Amino acid sequence: MASNDAGGEGAAARRAPEGPGWLVVAATFVGETSILAGQAAWLAMRGKFSLRETIRQMAAMGVDSIPIIMLTCAATGSVLAFYVADVLVRFGGAGFVGGMIALSFLLELGPVLAGVMVAARSGAAVAAEIGSMVVTEQIDALRMMSVPPVRYLVAPRVLACILMMPICGLFADMAGIFGGLVMASTHGVTQSAFMESIRTMATHADLMKGLAKTLWFGLTIAVVACHQGLNTQRGATGVGAATTRSVVLCVVFIFVSDFFLAQVLSGASASMR
Amino acid sequence: MSELRVAGLSYSVVDRLILKGVDLEVRQGEILAVMGMSGSGKTTLLRCIAGLIKPSQGSITVDGEDIVPMTETQLNRVRLRIGLVFQYAALFDSLTVRENVGFGPLQHRTKTPAAVAELVTSLLADVGMPGTEGMLPAELSGGMRKRVGLARALANEPGLLLYDEPTSGLDPVIARTIDDLIVETRDQRGVTSVVVSHDIPSIFRIADRVAMIDQGVIVETGTPTELRRSSDSRVRAFVDA
Ligand SMILES: Nc1ncnc2c1ncn2[C@@H]1O[C@H](COP(=O)(O)OP(=O)(O)OP(=O)(O)O)[C@@H](O)[C@H]1O
Ligand SMILES: [Mg+2]
Repeated sequence: MASNDAGGEGAAARRAPEGPGWLVVAATFVGETSILAGQAAWLAMRGKFSLRETIRQMAAMGVDSIPIIMLTCAATGSVLAFYVADVLVRFGGAGFVGGMIALSFLLELGPVLAGVMVAARSGAAVAAEIGSMVVTEQIDALRMMSVPPVRYLVAPRVLACILMMPICGLFADMAGIFGGLVMASTHGVTQSAFMESIRTMATHADLMKGLAKTLWFGLTIAVVACHQGLNTQRGATGVGAATTRSVVLCVVFIFVSDFFLAQVLSGASASMR
Repeated sequence: MSELRVAGLSYSVVDRLILKGVDLEVRQGEILAVMGMSGSGKTTLLRCIAGLIKPSQGSITVDGEDIVPMTETQLNRVRLRIGLVFQYAALFDSLTVRENVGFGPLQHRTKTPAAVAELVTSLLADVGMPGTEGMLPAELSGGMRKRVGLARALANEPGLLLYDEPTSGLDPVIARTIDDLIVETRDQRGVTSVVVSHDIPSIFRIADRVAMIDQGVIVETGTPTELRRSSDSRVRAFVDA
């Protein structure tokens, strides 16, 4: 998606370069999404986007996602406690149950599960909405009105997603730990022991590391979803394909980038000590 | 208000040539009708003129500026003076009729919200849809959407208006109203217009000049009377049908 190609005409040009197919596709993808993210950031920094639309998107993303995030995290938290509590209690480690579950959620499960749910719910919605605007020529209509689609559609969504993801992550952490607490209490770990364990094992830094990840996930989800939407192919199957691709790409990127983020963030906190 | 000159315009998709060396000239305040069979490249021609797609060859000059080499940012400046009425309306389906019609002036803050509201009301009355401000595009019929699309293009007060089949799918009474509106817009504001149409009676009612396009080639250009007397078999087939 070059700056002078905000519509759906990128596809024809993309067939041109020669070379190993997947490499060209991957390089084009990285290039186009980076440009899109850069343009959105540039517009956001200069305040050239609709605040109202951003708030509307934040509401949509939050309301869409937070209930299902809390449900999945509470379930995951309690399943985790179900296995962990059993083993730890048997080997005399009941005092570690709360801390283990809290750390699992703060550092890994909360951010990742929240990211996956937002990708599945809001990312898909964004790709489908923008994709159908491409197919019905609404993107061209925007361009005819001299309103760049990146400013009108992409910037508010990227901003909203980045701002909402930490909040989603926070709810994910809380629901997961709560689910763990409830399950653990039926497996011989009292609530006060659970909470005491969290206090001794988990720190604010752990929470912050996890929330830092969610900022990156928010950026990834919104940019990929907008990019897939804008590059929707004309025709009845185009929107469906763009939506599916958006979700698959987002989920893969969340897991892969999570691996690297974990290294980077632990390195950063080690050097701070 | 604007002047349009298209020279040697070609457009190709993958390895198919859709427009082949199109030459057109539309003088200030003139209404040029472009007629041609389905699939002859009329919409593609309008999309090139609007700068939505890049031709592979040729030049498109709007008020003396060639828009073909322009970037999207430069085009956005020129497009403030160009209106396109889409074949299938292309209304923003999350916005009401009012927000659709007032979109341009509100986005660019060229008018106060009150002035925009007034403009929207009067434009909707002009296209025969008074009192529909609060409706959503999904609640409108195809013909109604088309008229809202026309009102939206007019709201920007462009100097060059491109109409893609403005009357197809409309009943004869409304079609007549739209024809009158196209002529009236020209008379009142001196707007230069390119009207793509299959509707022969409508073309002869409104056009100053007519161009016949066939498989991406302009086969004849002239006044309506000249085209009616044409000896070209492709033009004859169209006019006599
Ligand atoms: N993006 C595209 N990819 C491939 N072919 C295309 C594309 N756009 C247009 N065409 C082809 O170009 C030709 C002209 O299309 P265009 O839409 O300009 O026709 P038209 O004259 O507007 O027809 P109609 O009167 O039916 O609207 C058609 O044969 C169409 O198949
Ligand atoms: Mg057409």
